[in-house]
Formats: sequence, structure tokens, C-alpha cells
Amino acid sequence: MDILPILASLRRHKVTALLLILQIALTCAIVCNAVFLISQRLHRMQLPSGMAEHELVQIRLGSVGDGSDAKSQTQADVAALQRIPGVQQVAVVNQLPFTEGDASNGDLKLKPGQQTSTLTVAQYFGQNVVSTMGLHLLAGRNFQPEEYVDLDTALASLNNGSAQGFPQTVIITKGLAERLWPGEEALGKTFYLGGDIPFRVIGVVADLARPNQFYNGIENSILWPMRLTFAEGGSYLIRCAPGARRAVLKAGLAKLKELDPGRVVLEKRTYDDARSAFFAHDSAMSDMLLSVIIALLLVTGLGIVGLASFWVGQRRRQIGVRRALGATRGDILRYFQIENFLIVGFGIVLGMAMAYGLSLLLMQHYALPRLPFGYLPLGALALWLLGQCAVLAPALRAAAVPPVVATRTV
Amino acid sequence: MFFYYLQLAVRSFRRNRVLTVLMVLTLGLGIGASITTLTVLKLLSGDPLPTRSARLFTPVINPWAADSEGAVEQMPRWWGDMMSYTDAMSLLHARKAKRQAVTTLTKARIAPTKPGTYPFFGGGVLTTPDFFAMFDVPFAYGGGWSAQDGENRARVVVISSALNNRLFAGRDSVGKMLRVNDHEYRIIGVLKPWAPQPRFYALNFGDTYGDGDAVYLPLQSARANHMLPTNYSCWGPANTAHMETSPCAWVNLWVEFEHAADARAYKQFLKHYVQQQMALGRLHQPRVWLYSLTGFLDREQVVPSDLRLQTNLAFGFLLICIVNTVGLLLAKCLWRSREIGVRRAMGAMRRMIFAQYMVESAIVGITGGVLGLVFAELGLLAIRHQPASYAHLAHLDPSMFAATFAVALVASLIAGLLPAWRACVVVPAPQLKSI
Repeated sequence: MDILPILASLRRHKVTALLLILQIALTCAIVCNAVFLISQRLHRMQLPSGMAEHELVQIRLGSVGDGSDAKSQTQADVAALQRIPGVQQVAVVNQLPFTEGDASNGDLKLKPGQQTSTLTVAQYFGQNVVSTMGLHLLAGRNFQPEEYVDLDTALASLNNGSAQGFPQTVIITKGLAERLWPGEEALGKTFYLGGDIPFRVIGVVADLARPNQFYNGIENSILWPMRLTFAEGGSYLIRCAPGARRAVLKAGLAKLKELDPGRVVLEKRTYDDARSAFFAHDSAMSDMLLSVIIALLLVTGLGIVGLASFWVGQRRRQIGVRRALGATRGDILRYFQIENFLIVGFGIVLGMAMAYGLSLLLMQHYALPRLPFGYLPLGALALWLLGQCAVLAPALRAAAVPPVVATRTV
Repeated sequence: MFFYYLQLAVRSFRRNRVLTVLMVLTLGLGIGASITTLTVLKLLSGDPLPTRSARLFTPVINPWAADSEGAVEQMPRWWGDMMSYTDAMSLLHARKAKRQAVTTLTKARIAPTKPGTYPFFGGGVLTTPDFFAMFDVPFAYGGGWSAQDGENRARVVVISSALNNRLFAGRDSVGKMLRVNDHEYRIIGVLKPWAPQPRFYALNFGDTYGDGDAVYLPLQSARANHMLPTNYSCWGPANTAHMETSPCAWVNLWVEFEHAADARAYKQFLKHYVQQQMALGRLHQPRVWLYSLTGFLDREQVVPSDLRLQTNLAFGFLLICIVNTVGLLLAKCLWRSREIGVRRAMGAMRRMIFAQYMVESAIVGITGGVLGLVFAELGLLAIRHQPASYAHLAHLDPSMFAATFAVALVASLIAGLLPAWRACVVVPAPQLKSI
């Protein structure tokens, strides 16, 4: 079918056609960027923590009293938790990946006395952490029992100006090892933290994400062989079969309450819950973006239906004349489909430029990466499809106009 | 005349029901989305103390960082705009402003004395005496403490109205004892409900929005009982038993001036202080900042960027809805060219036709506004289920109610301009010919 007559007739509806093109362009610009924003959020939500996520349960208690008997209490708690049927391992740990709140971070230096720190790392420590979290040890070894020191002893010695009471060894992530010593073997290397305390790398794990603060890499985490108590902010991390988590959590809480009924439970959750709480904002935002996309497509689709119906109604006589002169129903149907294809096409061309401009604006104000070009043809395809679906009903109505209309005046 | 136009409009709506419903629905959706996000934005970017905020300031200094250039780049505001105890107390004791208070926040463990009840945690504001007068905190019973009480580490506490309701059924509890972190504190004041949004005095210490804190304690007394701030940033080995002397920043300083113009002199004083401390070798960075209350809220980016994005998105959506409505209105009005021709031929003037079409779009707008209000209520219902500390505060207020209709009317009138213009320039003769 010839395009020229369609263009010529469109020129007679300049204003309405232009409005529709503008609407499609705006929709295209917003939908492309919104889809990209959703993909960004989804990517964030799928970041690996490095742990056996579906097998972990966390219980955190508030400190009671002055904490003088916290050590024995922690030991008793861990022993009691371990006796619960279904529990495989129990750890005490200071923080978990992807959780809000205070995180222990340190400035890492490669040489003693270095003026500027190389990067910031998240510092994990506690009893039995590597195996309970289910971290994947790639090289080296796990901590030996004799390497462990108590957190309070380490801090006390630090306050006296000596690093002797601090652990000497450290396990780091593969990502951190590659950043610190690209292409080199990390085992046996030394770095410095908290002033100039040296730490020797004895093991490398595949992944362990930071709790929060991802601005210089989520993989920058280290592990120390250091014991802590629940009163010092330690969480009990319990590993069990995925199906047993709810039961273990319930039994664990009951057991801890039994040991001391007066304690305050600050946190009781499966790790999956903790993780989804951390990403709740992202998930809410992508839901919101998705509903905006749907609403936009709906509004634009209905707008096309409305205008197309109007055009069909206005051209009833013209259609009748064409039918009388020998045009088939298919010709009329195709006429409106091609007309819509052209209008949406113009809208998409304008919309792509707008999408790109909008992306630049977003980059400026919200620290987002640029819209990848791949999203543009996707948006174009979606809008063309929408246009064809929306125009189908009015076009069919047009095709049904009988040739006899040509002989009537109104 | 207006009623005639109204009649004509209603008749026209009846003729094109689907188109009319479509227009109203579209406009309603756009207005609902915009008002929802605007309400939340207004809630979050509100002034917590409208009568005082112009005279309230908070100074910020770089507490250490001789060699932190790299670290600063890597971690902007690494000290979280907090101040070390030493600096804050020196500036407090200098008394260069009308009023001044040092604030920080702790997680206070409150133990009711009633048997069978368990202890719970509540926000504990650790501060100095001027806090209450400076922030215009309303007391229901009793009052605050004196500087002397602070120096003496007196165990006195001011409690919130919510806590008073919970523990003492709302009765005057001044003089009663309260167990905070296993120490007995004597209640000397009970507040009326007070929860500024955002909680500007503890921006780096926890949730920015909420129902207010539970207890207010003299800073020195609470520290004597080892209450720890919920956030601290250290640049050397910290000893939490001696936070006062540790190389850590963990308090905010707030000052109130007689006039906002006094800020300039105060900033000068602040500069002198820092230079003096640099000469002593205590501080290393000469830069100082003095933020007004609202300036500080901006600096700390209290309004989440997600929300600003949502608001922009909602207005983009509204724009598309308006374009859509313009298109549909235009289609409708061109459809009726003949009717216009007849009316013009029978003596209706152009401005009458214009007015008629504007009335029609205004009706679409107001109906859209009513629908938008329904959508906004639904939207806010959805917001209240969102995971944010401000979520439960999101309600439509009267000013937003009015704004809804203003937005609806303006949007529909803008949408109606083009169709009404096209309608009134219709030349009657050709339209009549075809009849």
C-alpha cells in the first residue's frame, strides 16, 4: 500500500496527529528509562552475599547489665542453640552482609605509615563464622582455634597502645585480593589496618559482601579470628536445613528466653528476611516504576483508541467512497494500521531523542549510569505493538463501513 | 449563560460517553499520582520548627583528617558531620550564641518497675540544658535540668508524653523513678507530644522520621552510666568507656542566635577556634561550615533521592495525561464543527464559543480532580505500606486537598485552551454548506 496518501491525509489532521506523536514520544522516553531503572534495581537486589543464604537464621539480643558475665552467657547460649534438633552450626558474628545499621569498617593500607588509605574494608569477626556462613574457601585455610582472641582483650591492648592482643591473621575475599594485589598470590601477604597493625592473609574466600556502604565495592570484606559476646553486639547465626528455619528460630528463641527471661530480643529472622528487608526500598521502587509503566501504556493505548475512533468516524464517507471504488475491507484495515504505524514511528523517533535527554538528566541528578542503547529498540517494539493492538478495534470498525455510505450525504 | 454552557457540556458528555470517561480517568490518574508524591515530598521536606528554624544553626568542623584527602574522596563526609566531645563542649562553654546545646542519641533500655513487664528500648536523647528552650519543646509537667545538674552527673530524666502514657497512664509522674540502662533516674519533666519531622537533632543517629524519642537525659550523667551513642566515627583506636577522650566524633552542636544575621560573627569565632586548635596540634583542617537548620537538612539529603525521582516521574505522567486529554478534547470539538457552525451562524460570538469549551474542559478537570483525590488516597494507602520510617505519617492534608483541585483545574484549562481556540476559529459557512 502506498504511504503517500496516508501522509497527505495525516497532514489534514496536523494538530491531533502531532499531539498523539508527542504523547507517544513522552511515553517512549519515560518507559525506556523506567525499564532501565527497574533493571538497575533488580541487579542490586540479586547481588551475591557469598553465604548459604537459605540456611541461615539470625537472633540478636540486647545487652543486659554491665556485661561482666556476657562471655559465659554467650558460651551457654551457643551450646544451648547447638543442641536444638536440626541445627548444624552456630556462630557469633558482629555483622551480616546486606543489613542496615552500624557496620564495622576500617581504612586499609598496604604499607605501614602510608599517608592515604588504599581503600575501606568491612571487618567481620566472631566465633565459627566461615563454616557457619558457608563461605567458599578458595585458597589457604580457615582459622585455627589458637588464633582466636577475645574482642575485649584486643581492644584493651589497643587502648594501652599495643597491637599484641590483636589477631595477626586475616581471611579476605577474592575480589579484595585482586584489587590489592592484581595478578599476584594473596596468601602470605600483609596489609595494615587501624593505625599500623599488620595482618597476614591466610585464606581467600570466593565472596562475602559488605553490610552496606557499597561506594567502593561490595566485595571489600575481611574476616578476623576474634571472639565476641552478644553484649558486644554479636548476633547468633544459626545454620540449618532451609525447611527447618522457622522451627529452629522458634526453638532457639524459646531456649534463649529459658536461659534468661529478662532479655530483649533485638532481631529474630531468617537471613532471607533480613536480605529482603535490606532491599525493600529497591523492591518498592521497582514495583512503583512498574505500575507507572503499566499506567502510561494504558493511558497512551486508550488515547490511541480514542483518536483512532474519532478519525474513523470522521472519515466514514471517505471510506465509503473508497469501498465503492473497489477497495477491499483489507485495504481499509491496512490503511488505518499503516497510519498508526507511521504515527507511532514518528513518536518513537522523537521519543528516542527524549529518552536519551532524560537519561542525561537522570545521570546528572541521581548518579545513574547512561541508558544503554539496547533499551531503545525494545521500547520502540513495545510501543509499535501497543499501537497496533489499540488501533485494531477502530480499524475493524472502519473496515466494516459499507460502500453504500458513499451515496449518503451525512 | 454559564448554566447554558453547563447544559451544553453535559449533553456533549452524554453523546461521547466513552471518550469522556477516558478523559476523566486519565486526568484523575495523573493528578492522583502527582498529589500522592507531592504529599510525601511535602511531609519529608517540611520545616521541623517553622517559628525557630531561621535562627537555629549547627556548626560543622573537620575533627581530624590531616592526611585524609584520599579518604574524603573515597568516603564523603567520613565523620558524618558529627563533632568530637572536646570540640563540642569547648564551643558550648564559650557561650557565643544566645543558646546552645550538644546532642547525641542512645538506645535507652527502659525497665518498668511493674512486675511481669519486660524491659524495652526507646530513643534516648543525651543533651545539655538549653535543648528544651532552644527547640521550643513543650512541657506538660515539670521542666528540664540545669547546667549544674549536668556537671554533678545528676540522675534526672525528662520523659515523652508517649512514655508517660505507657508507664504512668498519663498522670503527673514528676518525682517518680525510672530505670534506664539499669540505673535509677528521677523524673523531673514530662513533655507534651513532641516529634519534629524530620528528627533534625539526631540526623546521623537513626531514623529520620518517627514518633519522637522516649527519654531525654543530661549528657554527662548518661555517659557516667556508660550509655553509648548509636553512631560514632573514629579516626584512631576508640575506647568506648572513655568516648569523651577517644579520637571519635559522636555529638552534634546546635546554636540559636538572637537574629539570623549573628551567624556571620559566629562563623568567624568558629574559624578562630579551629585555627587556635590547629596551632595546638589538635585539629588539622581549617575549613568550617555553619548550616542553618534547613540548610543542614539539605546537606544531609534528608529527602531520599528515590522520592524526588518518584515525584518527577509522577509529573511526567501528569504531563502525558494532559497531552492525552488535549488530544481527546480536540477530537471531540472537531467532531462538533458543524454544531459550532450552526451556533456561530445563529449569532454566538467567538468568545462565547471559547467560553463554552473552557467550561466543558473545566468540568472534565474538576471531575478528574475528584477522581484524582480518590486515587491520591489510594496512593497514600499504598505509601503507608512502604518500608520507610515516614510511611505511617503520609496523610492527605487540607492544603494538599486544595492543591489537588488547583492542579486539576489548571491542568484541564491548559488542556482545554487549544481545543477551545480551534473551536472558536471555526468558519461557519463551510460547516453549514454540507448540511
